[in-house]
Amino acid sequence: MTNNANVAAGQQKLRSKRGHERRINGTIYTVLVIMSIVWLVPFVFLVLQSFRSYKLEKGGMVDYLIPKTFSLDNYAFLFEGSNFFSWLGQALIVAVAVAAVTAVLIHVCGRLLDKGEGEGRGTRVALLGGSLLIGFVALVGLTMALQGFALAGSWVKALISLALFVLAGWIMARVYLKQDSKLLRSIPGYVVEDKHEGLKKFCAMFAEFGALALIAQCILAPMTMSQYVRWYGNTLTIALFTSVIQTVIVLSVSYALSRLRFKGRKLIMNVVLILGLFPGFLTMITLYFLLKQMGLTQAGAVPGLILIYCASSGMGYYISKGFFDTIPKSLDESARIDGATRFQVFLKIIMPLAKPIVIYTILMAFMAPWGDYVFASYVAFGHQDGYNVAVGLYNWVNTNDFQNYFTRFCAGGVLVAVPITALFLALQKYYVEGVTGGAVKG
Amino acid sequence: MVDLDYLKMSKPQKMLHDLGRFFTGLPGRVGRGFMKLGLNIGRCFKGLWLSVVDLITTFRDGDWKTRLSYLVMGSGSMARGQWGRGLLFFLFQTVFNLYMVNFGMAYLAKLNTLGTVATEKVGRKTVYGDNSFLILLYGVLTLFFVLAFIYTWRMNIKQNKISQQILASGRKLKRTKDDLQSLMDSQFHKTLLALPTLGVFVFTILPIFFMILVAFTNFDYNHQPPAKLFTWVGFENFKTLLSSGSASYGDTFKQVLFWTLVWAFFATFLNYFLGMFVAIMINKKGIKLKKVWRTILVMTIAIPQFVSLLYVSKMFAADGLINTYLMKWHWISQPIPFWTNPGWARFTIILINIWIGIPYLMLIATGILMNIPADLYESARIDGANAVQMYGKITLPYMLFVTGPYLLTSFTGNINNFNVIFLLSQGKPMGLAGNAGHTDLLITWLYRMTVSDTNYKIAAVIGIMVFVVLAVINLVVYNLIPSVKNEEDFQ
Repeated sequence: MTNNANVAAGQQKLRSKRGHERRINGTIYTVLVIMSIVWLVPFVFLVLQSFRSYKLEKGGMVDYLIPKTFSLDNYAFLFEGSNFFSWLGQALIVAVAVAAVTAVLIHVCGRLLDKGEGEGRGTRVALLGGSLLIGFVALVGLTMALQGFALAGSWVKALISLALFVLAGWIMARVYLKQDSKLLRSIPGYVVEDKHEGLKKFCAMFAEFGALALIAQCILAPMTMSQYVRWYGNTLTIALFTSVIQTVIVLSVSYALSRLRFKGRKLIMNVVLILGLFPGFLTMITLYFLLKQMGLTQAGAVPGLILIYCASSGMGYYISKGFFDTIPKSLDESARIDGATRFQVFLKIIMPLAKPIVIYTILMAFMAPWGDYVFASYVAFGHQDGYNVAVGLYNWVNTNDFQNYFTRFCAGGVLVAVPITALFLALQKYYVEGVTGGAVKG
Repeated sequence: MVDLDYLKMSKPQKMLHDLGRFFTGLPGRVGRGFMKLGLNIGRCFKGLWLSVVDLITTFRDGDWKTRLSYLVMGSGSMARGQWGRGLLFFLFQTVFNLYMVNFGMAYLAKLNTLGTVATEKVGRKTVYGDNSFLILLYGVLTLFFVLAFIYTWRMNIKQNKISQQILASGRKLKRTKDDLQSLMDSQFHKTLLALPTLGVFVFTILPIFFMILVAFTNFDYNHQPPAKLFTWVGFENFKTLLSSGSASYGDTFKQVLFWTLVWAFFATFLNYFLGMFVAIMINKKGIKLKKVWRTILVMTIAIPQFVSLLYVSKMFAADGLINTYLMKWHWISQPIPFWTNPGWARFTIILINIWIGIPYLMLIATGILMNIPADLYESARIDGANAVQMYGKITLPYMLFVTGPYLLTSFTGNINNFNVIFLLSQGKPMGLAGNAGHTDLLITWLYRMTVSDTNYKIAAVIGIMVFVVLAVINLVVYNLIPSVKNEEDFQ
């Protein structure tokens, strides 16, 4: 009897405990749902208002949320007077064509090389060089032919595209045609072990050349821009260059301070610590003057801003240094014993391990220029062609005519927010890793 | 006090005790700091003296190559076959000489007055005189250049001495090729740091030095070069900012500083605890869709602040969505003065900052919470601890210990948190002396001083004050939390 009573009491207790648990979870769910609503509501509002036509339903501040008619007028305004879409379509077609031809060409070259396998290394290298050259010429020729030699008259553009093609050749050589004994095996289409690997490599190559051709085409093809498209282009250019240069600088500094021991290391870290305590905007007029001396203000605001963002970026080394600190030192030491120079250790041993922090650094450097108002507006100094999106849209909201421009600001904001948010969410994992590591290691 | 007594105390008592000890120990520590400083200065002078002695002895013992290097930098290296180094030294000297003769000397000479010849209008022509701005900037640059030159010159002589010793002992000198190779190996740090250091020097150190000097001049809207000259005024601007009176900004400064600290406190700690709370909720066992909740919250980090904050600031405006809807539903009859009443504005800013700030802390706390050993909680549960006790005894101490350094950087960051204030309220409502608003932080005030008021001298002083405030906070915290200091502990 007593036994049964005990069991019953135990079950009762368990049930009440479960009920308690359920109640707690219920509360938590309620809180989370409310928070989610609060977190998302402004963005939903933003999107809704961006569909309220600035022509039909005038006024920025109205007393209703859902537009009476959904229209794309605001978005149309952003692209008014720009041939953006036809330009993009052309670029895409060109990029796909270039990528297809090049990829097939290299594939065929790989097959050709296949026949030279039995012969000496010299022949193979010669074949390799020949196929590279063919691929290279094809890439250049095709891009130029397809856009009807739009090159004429712009040396800068010509140089940039040349650099891109060199890059393409380099990537080809490094990634697809490795110089070691696996030379032939690494060529797409040749691979024997895994059927899909060849396909995967082909796809990767296709995507890579497609992207390169797209960039080349974007730079080369003429586009008439509306104000907004120009601001967007400015910001994108700044973000791309900054993310590359800044990452190189930050990684170099943090690697040097984390792994190498030299005289003055502590001194550098202390000086950076002290410099970091000065507010950034203190030096604004001096920076403006320095840039002005170099001709990098107003119309030259884009390179000027890239310079400013990158020049002092070495001071933000903390997080990546914290990451490097966690990689065991024995790795370096064993590589050093095997005869690697410090440069080789950096490039071949540490960098592959540091992928999360590299991506984190790139992501941060890419996202920062989208939100910068202060320096961007000061350097552009009222010169509209030098604005970035933040400055342009801020001015729309803070003009006297802001009632009229408010919905257009919403549309412009949505077009900025969507790609950036998508990028961020895709790379969220790396962001979390960087932020957590940085917070823990200080 | 006996150690045992200390151990018996409760947490708050311990904290009070620590703080008390910190302040009673302060004079001693400051004294020791000064002693250390004195010793360091002494060591500096000793080092200087030693290098002068070294210069003399090197000259006395040196061969003609070394001696020639005293006059023509790099000549010794070149004569010994180290062409790369020698050429670099020589090039540096040539550039320096050309710079000084053609450019630097003129500015350096005027640095003490910042220019005397004013710009005048002769007839319809403007005859430009001195430009104080250029004199100050290039004067500072020249000073740095001279210091760099002296350092390089000294290095050049040291090199000669070493080369001479190596040759005397019968070994071979490094060739240019070896030098280049060592840049990728034993001297790799130089390769890595050369460009970043140059960038930081030109775009951070030089400007900061320049602005610190501007704080001691009367550079403002009435003294704008090239039309007008400005000159040194000593501590005049510090007096203007710090003393109270009709013509000075003392009262404003106090109010702005107070609000800056209050803001930084709330922005840091409110977000910290709320973020931790949210992280604990999401990470609780049995809660589903963890990833979804996290992703939703993270949206405020992902979307550029100028979009989200500008939009939200308009939402809270007098004719914004919130007020219009509340009035439509007849909950209020007057719009709530979110941005026009000082108290409301401050409250709204802190509130909206929670919206922006919680996700960061949630992410950080999530990472750390997962690292807390689960058996700690298990044993606590067996001992009959409830959720609150476990939080107070396990979670919170662990979090505080691990994120101590983060709290410090976060507090520092919030004192300089320009974006939130600027995009939400621009410092409004205005109404303080010195064109400051009730929600202005020191940094936004500084921004307005620079951009719209062109009152550079006061802006420079505010910048220095921000530095002082941050330096004091950092020093105090560094002394209180030992885990901030030790870099190698985490390795």
